[in-house]
Amino acid sequence: MMRLRWIEIAVGAFMVAGFVALFFLAMKVSNLGASSVTDGYQVSARFDNIGSLKVRAPVTMAGVRVGRVEAIGFDKDTYEAVVSLRIDRRYDTIPTDTFANIFTAGLLGEQYIGLAAGGSDEFLADGDELEYTQSALVLEQMIGQFLFSKAEEGAK
Amino acid sequence: MLDLLAQLGRSGLAAIERLGRGHLLLLGMIGGLPSLVARPRLLTAQIYNIGVLSVLIVTVSGLFVGMVLGLQGYYVLSQFGAAESLGVMVAASLVRELGPVVTALLVAGRAGSALTAEIGLMKATEQLSGLEMMAVDPVKRILTPRFLGGLIAMPVLAAMFSAVGVLGGYFVGVGLLGVDDGAFWSQMQAKIDLHEDVINGVIKSLVFGVVVTWIALFQGYDAVPTSEGVSRATTRAVVHSALAVLGLDFVLTALMFGD
Repeated sequence: MMRLRWIEIAVGAFMVAGFVALFFLAMKVSNLGASSVTDGYQVSARFDNIGSLKVRAPVTMAGVRVGRVEAIGFDKDTYEAVVSLRIDRRYDTIPTDTFANIFTAGLLGEQYIGLAAGGSDEFLADGDELEYTQSALVLEQMIGQFLFSKAEEGAK
Repeated sequence: MLDLLAQLGRSGLAAIERLGRGHLLLLGMIGGLPSLVARPRLLTAQIYNIGVLSVLIVTVSGLFVGMVLGLQGYYVLSQFGAAESLGVMVAASLVRELGPVVTALLVAGRAGSALTAEIGLMKATEQLSGLEMMAVDPVKRILTPRFLGGLIAMPVLAAMFSAVGVLGGYFVGVGLLGVDDGAFWSQMQAKIDLHEDVINGVIKSLVFGVVVTWIALFQGYDAVPTSEGVSRATTRAVVHSALAVLGLDFVLTALMFGD
C-alpha cells in the first residue's frame, strides 16, 4: 500500500513537471510571453523607421550593452515609432543630447540601438526623451537610392 | 514454380492478417478505455512505468541534444554574423522535430521493449489464457492501461525534452559562447509561434505515443509464446517503432509545415 502511494506521488510529480515544461515552452520560448522588466531607468526615443527592431534588443554604447529595448509603440499623430529603452542604473551619466542610432549586427543580423554620447553636462533621467535619433537603414531603400542616382548620372 | 508462388502468397496473406490483428487489437484497446475509469490505479502504475521511469534518460538526452545544437548552430550561424538567431534555431528544431522524435525513439527503446517482453512473457507463461479462463478480458485489464499510459506519458516526456534542451542550448550559447542573453530569448519569442510550433509538436508526440505503445503491445500480444519468440518480438517492437516514428514524422511534418 505504501509503495502504491509512492507511485501515485511520483506520477503526480511527473505530470506536474510535464505541465511546467509545456508552460515554459509556451511562455518563455514561444511568442506568448515576452515581458521582462529589468532594473534601470527608462528613456524614450522617436524614430521615423525602426526597421526590424524588436523588443528586448540590446542598447549599446561604444559597443558595450547598457540596456534593452523595453517596448515599441506607434504614435498615430506624428507617424513615428516610439521606442522605450530601459538603461541599466549603473550607467547614469549619459548626456541628454545623446544620439540614438539603429544599427544592424552584421549584414543579416539582429538590429540594435547604438547610443553615441553628446556633450551636454546634464544627464538622462527616468522618463526623458532622446531628441537626436537616426532611423534604421533599410537595405531596399538604399539600393533604390543608389540605382536612382546611377540613373541620374547616366542621363547627364 | 507453383510452390514459390504459393509461398509468396502465404507470406503476403500472413502479413495482411497480422496487420488486421493489429488493428483489431487497437480497436479493442480503444473500446476498453471507458472501463479504465473504474480502475484509475491501473493507469497510474503504467504512467509510472512508462513515464516516470523514463524521465532520467529523456531529460539527460534532451540536455545534451540541446547543448550540441547550441555548439553546432553557433558554428554555422556565426559564419553569417547571425549568432543571435541561435535561440530560434535551437528552439525550433527541438520543439518541432527533435523533441517529439527523439523522445519517441528513447521511449520505444526504454519502455516499448519492456512492454513487449512483459506481455510476451505473460503470453508464454499462459497468464493471459489464465485471465481469459477467469472471464477477465486481458485486452481490457492488461493492454488498455498500458496503451493509455504510453499515450499520456509521451507528450509529457517530449515537453520535458524540449524544455531541457532549450535550457541546454541556452547554457552553451549564452554561457559558453557569449551570445547575447536578451537576443537569444527575444529572437526565439519573435519567431516561435505557440500554435504553429509548440502545439504541433505536442500533436506529433501524441501520435508517436499511440504508435509506439501500440506496436510494442501488439508485438508482445502476437509473439510466438516461446523464449525465442519473445526475444524476436522485443527486437521487432523497437525496430518497427523506430521506423514508424521516423516515417510518420515525415508525413506529419509535410502536413503541418509543408505549405
